[in-house]
Amino acid sequence: MKEKIFKGRVVLAGNTTGEAVVSRQGLNLLASYQKSALKKAKRVICSDQNNSDLYKKDLTDKIICLPQTIGSTTGGMVLETVVQMGIGPKAMLFSEHIDSLAAAGIILSDVWLKSRIITIDQLGTDFLACVQDGQTVEIKEDGTVIIR
Amino acid sequence: MNQIKMELTQEEKEILAGKQGATLQKVMESVILYGEVFGAKRLVPLNGPVHLVTSFGIPLLKPVFEMMDELIEHGIKTKESFTVDPRPLDYDNVKCNLLEKLVFRIMYGKQKEYEEQLQKVGLKNENAFSCTCYLPEVGNTPSKGDILAWAESSAVVYANSVLGARSNRNSGIIELCCGIIAKAPEFGLLTEEGRKAKWLVEVKTSKAPNAQVLGSAIGMKVVEDVPYIIGLDHFLGTGLSTDTRDYLKDMGAASASNGAVGLFHVENITPEAVEKQRGLLVDNYQRYIIDDQEIERVIKSYPLMWKKKEARPKVCFIGCPHLSLEQLEHWSEKISLALKEAGREKVSIPTLLCAAPDVVKAFKKDKTRYNQLLETGAQITSICALMYMNNPLCAKQPVITNSNKLRTYTTAKFLLDEELLEQLVH
Repeated sequence: MKEKIFKGRVVLAGNTTGEAVVSRQGLNLLASYQKSALKKAKRVICSDQNNSDLYKKDLTDKIICLPQTIGSTTGGMVLETVVQMGIGPKAMLFSEHIDSLAAAGIILSDVWLKSRIITIDQLGTDFLACVQDGQTVEIKEDGTVIIR
Repeated sequence: MNQIKMELTQEEKEILAGKQGATLQKVMESVILYGEVFGAKRLVPLNGPVHLVTSFGIPLLKPVFEMMDELIEHGIKTKESFTVDPRPLDYDNVKCNLLEKLVFRIMYGKQKEYEEQLQKVGLKNENAFSCTCYLPEVGNTPSKGDILAWAESSAVVYANSVLGARSNRNSGIIELCCGIIAKAPEFGLLTEEGRKAKWLVEVKTSKAPNAQVLGSAIGMKVVEDVPYIIGLDHFLGTGLSTDTRDYLKDMGAASASNGAVGLFHVENITPEAVEKQRGLLVDNYQRYIIDDQEIERVIKSYPLMWKKKEARPKVCFIGCPHLSLEQLEHWSEKISLALKEAGREKVSIPTLLCAAPDVVKAFKKDKTRYNQLLETGAQITSICALMYMNNPLCAKQPVITNSNKLRTYTTAKFLLDEELLEQLVH
């Protein structure tokens, strides 16, 4: 497949490459992570029954591609917690503007845990339409995202 | 986001530079970075106490406990005393077997220590545990125009929409950080622009739609946008009666959990809609029509997560978010009447009515009323039903509820009020 390149806004900068998992609907952080987090699992299996894209898929150390996160306002802490447990996402790529819950999660992780989830937002609807589960995604610190 | 673009006061700059210590520096940095992401130009002072979403001492939330310890060690607390979401446990009123208790002891193993931490960083009092902090009995009730920094999605949407206060849908811990510096970054729902509606939602049903289903439909459609809802005044009347406030409380909670709605306007009902009417709509708004078919479609879309789909329900939860005093009275009367009509004395399923400790206290003051409810076999509790259902053993039980929020986050089956009542008395 030909490379596809997108450019977004850098929220938390960094360079990385990883495997994409894609939620084409809002990602509910609490509903998605709570089961694995409560079980202190070594891998996160998405437990959000309402998310047909990700339900029962492995989210551990993946690059999560999504429009935004939705749901309970415990979302940010849940994200910070899974980061501390070492089972958080490698990066988060938002097609839209990052929402307040995800923003809190990545900032709290960055400031209080000194652990960075590389985050780019406003990548556009074409990005989300293009990226597929299992594809390799490269992220550059200037906000460039390359899908291979 | 390395370069801070926000305009800061001298004091804010000094705190950010660490002149008042490394812990307060991290608190300030968290709030500022959070604001920067959303293009906030400044921090604005809060007009009221914060409401925290984290009320549960789950040991895995290590980052929260560690942060609390750090705050306490440095004598840092919120400027005003705060309220917090409901407790996860209530063994006196919510019966659990030994195994369930064992799991709860592990799951919420840090509850006592966490509550002590909350007290040390500014918790209002022992009764301040409810998702309905805004009810008059609980007392964290903002006024129109007040700037807040709340978490708890159902409380945020209520404060913004029904009370006309201004709070973003803050995540847990960010609200605590804002409470400590008594400021919030000015963006989103704190601004005039951010409170404008991108959706015109037309309610065209033949009767008043169930509040929880209507909220769910709206949340799933508009996700995080602000809807301007028309047609509801046809069923609810104009202005904010107690019944209307309760209806909007439940509708809002469903819209916030099934989507990410932080504010809605209802024509001729909510304060800003009364004041500015359709001037609240942006140009090129989108339209969503909700009729009887759409309500039916939404209900049918809810997956049933029970292992045995036809199982007999073992527990019924009413009150997520917590019931108001008036709702507690209504449910008490409805259950008594339904039992009488069915020729039964007690509910056939353990039934838990959830309300804030201060609301329960007010309800119990009328002994006749309280005894009437107890005679039905139903129990009152101030537990968080969602946290109860987080126990995998409890989640395996067939639980029924009239809460769309509880349905969304757990295996509970959603039933309309009438269907729920039917199950309780047969």
